[in-house]
Amino acid sequence: MMIDPLSVFILLLGAATPILFAALGELVVERAGVLNLGVEGMMITGALAGFAAAHASDSPALGFVAAAIAGMAVSMTFAALTQFLLSNQVATGLALTLFGLGLTALFGKPYEGVKAPAIMPGPLGLNWMIWLGMALVPLIWWFLTRTRPGLILRAVGENHDAAHALGYPVRLVRILAIGFGGALAGMGGAYISIATVLQWTEGMTAGAGWIALAIVVFAQWNPWGVLAGAWLFGGVTVLQLRLQAAGVAVPVQLLSMAPYLATIIVLVLISARQKFGRSGAGAAPASLGRPFYALK
Amino acid sequence: MKRRTLLGSAAALMASSALPAFAQEEKLKVGFIYVGPVGDGGWTYQHDLARQAIEKEYGDRIETTYIESVPEGADAERALTQLALAGNKLIFATSFGFMDAVINVAKKFPDVKFEHATGYKRAENVATYDARFYEGRAVLGTIAGRMTKSNKIGYIGSFPIPEVIQGINSAYIHAKKVNPDVEMKVVWAYTWFDPAKEADAAAALIAEGVDVFMQHTDSTAPLAKAQEAGAFGFGQASDMTNFAPKPRVASIIDNWSPYYIKRVGEALDGTWKSHGVWLGIGDGEVVIGDITEAVPPEVKEEALALRDKIASGEYHPFTGPLNKQDGSAWLAEGQTASDEELASLNFYVEGITAPMPK
Repeated sequence: MMIDPLSVFILLLGAATPILFAALGELVVERAGVLNLGVEGMMITGALAGFAAAHASDSPALGFVAAAIAGMAVSMTFAALTQFLLSNQVATGLALTLFGLGLTALFGKPYEGVKAPAIMPGPLGLNWMIWLGMALVPLIWWFLTRTRPGLILRAVGENHDAAHALGYPVRLVRILAIGFGGALAGMGGAYISIATVLQWTEGMTAGAGWIALAIVVFAQWNPWGVLAGAWLFGGVTVLQLRLQAAGVAVPVQLLSMAPYLATIIVLVLISARQKFGRSGAGAAPASLGRPFYALK
Repeated sequence: MKRRTLLGSAAALMASSALPAFAQEEKLKVGFIYVGPVGDGGWTYQHDLARQAIEKEYGDRIETTYIESVPEGADAERALTQLALAGNKLIFATSFGFMDAVINVAKKFPDVKFEHATGYKRAENVATYDARFYEGRAVLGTIAGRMTKSNKIGYIGSFPIPEVIQGINSAYIHAKKVNPDVEMKVVWAYTWFDPAKEADAAAALIAEGVDVFMQHTDSTAPLAKAQEAGAFGFGQASDMTNFAPKPRVASIIDNWSPYYIKRVGEALDGTWKSHGVWLGIGDGEVVIGDITEAVPPEVKEEALALRDKIASGEYHPFTGPLNKQDGSAWLAEGQTASDEELASLNFYVEGITAPMPK
């Protein structure tokens, strides 16, 4: 059975884009020491807001802008709760997911069965969002490792007390990171409604946000790893469907399991490395999920 | 999918706590669990239409509750228990995968009546009901066989269970009848509802050269994909007329209302009994939606003639001679498949080259 690898790769890029956006956003949030489990909720909000805006304005580009704003707006509720009221980040993140799913189910009713405008094609037959997603990888890597604000963000994520003692605004850095993560998650969700599915359906992100969270761990909090993870997840999905369509007997269950298995293996490797005293690279940001509070 | 669990239990809790305050005498409470959201525009949407139909029919005599997006498996048992504890005396479980959960919960609540869609396990208080979707698939297959230019038709399957396998076989047999060169590509999505995955499955079929495909998953995403690629598709479970006249050229509609109205009526007057029914086009449970002008008139006529022949019982979509995929004999000339055989169908007919998943 011959399958054209190029066409698989093109489908793969499309399937990977929503999780790539969401995972890159979450990566920045987690590098700032905040664990936001509300990715799914922000994605679905972006999916609806983006679709609605694209439909109303007949411009997919405007749809993605609206999705970013909507994702950011929802993430700000998370920021307010966790950064000012010091609520538990895990519980708040889960609540954000539930909130997003419920809210969009309610406001999405008028958009069921409505069609979206066609997405703008870009170079090589790939749309601009695919290009933007891939361009974000080196940009975020450069920002985190080669710029001073990136260094501050990482410092806040590794040890917020020390960063605070040095005079860095821990809370502000985290709020900005959360907002950025929300914007990217929203755009990722909008990619599903505007580019992949071309319509709005309740609950349409169907767990993509959770996959994005797994990818951040799989990637060991590294943007390049996120790209690899998104391609792995997207590639497995696309490849098994293509193989099936070509009439090849594929162990679908095994293939679907593979990326999660890889994530678990990475987790084991990380903790093994820490056990043998070589922590540092690949480990989670030290202040991840811990609330920060300072009187002044 | 934790979030759905939480949503579901929250809904059920609210339903149960709201009860005592409003309890009136002898209102029949009817509960539903759905596998997808009511807004899926397909399978669950049709069940919810039927729920609304019974509310309209019986008004104040009944009260309905539903829990949507209940995952198949252990969580269904919890959702069913919640409904039973909340005082629902008749509960509809509307997906194949709820089967074991229904049987388990039914044992614990002998005075609650259960109706399970598309399953085969029954008990004193568990009835099953199903629709002969394969009858409708025969009609769609005929249209697909006539409409394809690449001679490659596709099928997006959910899970390899008898109900879906019947549909694939029926569609293929009737496409082949009108177009001997036709080839069938099958992709299993392993989900009932995941628009992104369904769209990817449609894209994979289109990339393989398929230009007409059917789906046995619940969302309209494959149709949106077909539209983008200039391929043809069919409405599934629901009419999906938003995509008419193209890419949706016809549809197979599940019409549950008559059955639900009848069974709720029986529960109200005390004549409800467990049974297993399998209703088709002739009973009005499977309906072929409007065939659009994208289909040439002679093809439309041919499809409608087949529909009428099936409805009157004159023709059975599984009529021999038919061989199994491996070439061994299945049905002899003129012989038709029995319901028992169809209910456990686990093989393709001869001519389909796609492998059957293990």
